[in-house]
Amino acid sequence: MKYVVLIYNNPGAFEALSEEDRNVLSTEADAFFKEFGESGEFVGGSALADPSNSKTVRVRDGVPAVTDGPFAEAKEQLAGYYVLDCENIDRATEIAARDPAAKFWAVEVRPIMDTAGTEM
Amino acid sequence: MITHAGVEDQLRRLAPQVLGALVRRYGHFDLSEDAVQEALLAAAMQWPEQGVPENPRGWLITVASRRLTDELRSEQARRRREDAAAAEVPADKAVAPAPGEEQLLDQDDTLTLLFLCCHPALSPASQIALTLRAVGGLTTAQIASAFLVPEPTMAQRISRAKQRIKTTGIPFHLPPEPERAERLRAVLHVLYLIFNEGYTASSGPDLLRSELTTEAIRLNREVRRLLPDDGEVAGLLALMLLTDARRPARTRPDGALIPLAEQDRELWYADSIQEGLALVTGALAQAPIGPYQLQAAIAAVHAEAARAEDTDWAQILALYELLERISPNPMVTLNHAVAVAMVRGPEAALDLLETLETDDRIAGHHRLDAVRAHLLEMAGDYDAARSSYRAAARRTTSLPEQRYLEARAARLAVGR
Repeated sequence: MKYVVLIYNNPGAFEALSEEDRNVLSTEADAFFKEFGESGEFVGGSALADPSNSKTVRVRDGVPAVTDGPFAEAKEQLAGYYVLDCENIDRATEIAARDPAAKFWAVEVRPIMDTAGTEM
Repeated sequence: MITHAGVEDQLRRLAPQVLGALVRRYGHFDLSEDAVQEALLAAAMQWPEQGVPENPRGWLITVASRRLTDELRSEQARRRREDAAAAEVPADKAVAPAPGEEQLLDQDDTLTLLFLCCHPALSPASQIALTLRAVGGLTTAQIASAFLVPEPTMAQRISRAKQRIKTTGIPFHLPPEPERAERLRAVLHVLYLIFNEGYTASSGPDLLRSELTTEAIRLNREVRRLLPDDGEVAGLLALMLLTDARRPARTRPDGALIPLAEQDRELWYADSIQEGLALVTGALAQAPIGPYQLQAAIAAVHAEAARAEDTDWAQILALYELLERISPNPMVTLNHAVAVAMVRGPEAALDLLETLETDDRIAGHHRLDAVRAHLLEMAGDYDAARSSYRAAARRTTSLPEQRYLEARAARLAVGR
């Protein structure tokens, strides 16, 4: 089963950390991705740029309207994501609990829809 | 002229035999496995052009042995450079076999390899990946595509599994008799998982994924060739064939799922059904009964009905009662409930479902909601049926299942 882990924080949350915490976060994150990369459970993912760099696209009556940013004042933003392929949601949650981002902010574990299915 | 497909079939069949011969001669399962992959690759490139050698198996063993001994020598040299201590590989292991040792190479180690790849010390994901590579002869890239993960992810799983075999020192021989039956269950379970992964996939973009059913059936045939008297081996093969026979009828061109009762049975593969029926009949007559044989027998009853309304539900119910006795689990109870509904009516089936509400293994599972929805619809309680379909649609993680469940809910909303 595949799960996406979504990391949420406030814009500027990383900068707001003390230098010590920032070091803890980077070191632990490196170890985290190494460990689950080697176990064959980490599939891929990325940190995301600050939402001020985003564009939002809406197509109405065939005309695309492009605006800056997702919303004017973001409280919680999607800061990054990664995909896990593991046995079940308990295992995915166990892995996510080892993510240092969960220690400072919050991570959401959500199953990814499969394009396959069985007859009912 | 040899076709590429012909060569590939031959190579896939020989792969485990060649690997077995190497492991027997040199040990080093992990390095042998890499060497065999390289030899297979060399053959896949050379044979279609230059023709298949007279003794293909011998050719592969020679080429793979050469790669392996090169690798062992360079590893030895590396160790000598890095560490003055004596090399771990005894010198006599890295030379050609003495006369008489050759007969060892005639053994077919496919079964031993399967037991090794499906060892309980490995995680299910590792068992599957390693089985497909070491026994199935698939490349890491092919396995990665079939499981929709990047190649490096799959490569990690395979190397992790090989590492684990090395560190736990799992021996390369058939498990001793007292353990063998249980270890065979593990092998069959891995084949079952491979089959299911392929069967749930629709065609089209998921083509590579659906080839897993073909591979599971091929490997199951190999096991049957080696263990012709085991009823569960035959039972699982029958179950796969009878299930796979429905493939052309189970989805619409747009990928939407068609339930068993609404499938065009003319489209079912008649050959697979014939073979599956013969297998399950033979197994039930001779061997001690097991869960795969019973599931195959249930699939056989469905296969024998020319129209959905001809289905012998009484027989299916009896088979589920037996299955629930020898191999109870909530999924069996769920299917059992459907059979109860067809024989005794939906109310009796809903009573049976009640027993599952408190079972942690299935409470909250979309299948429980989906079956309840069907039963409520049968009972004429459309409002409750609709909300159960919707609950199931919210809980499933399969897009085609979700579409199907939402369509059922919508039909009740407009039609009644």
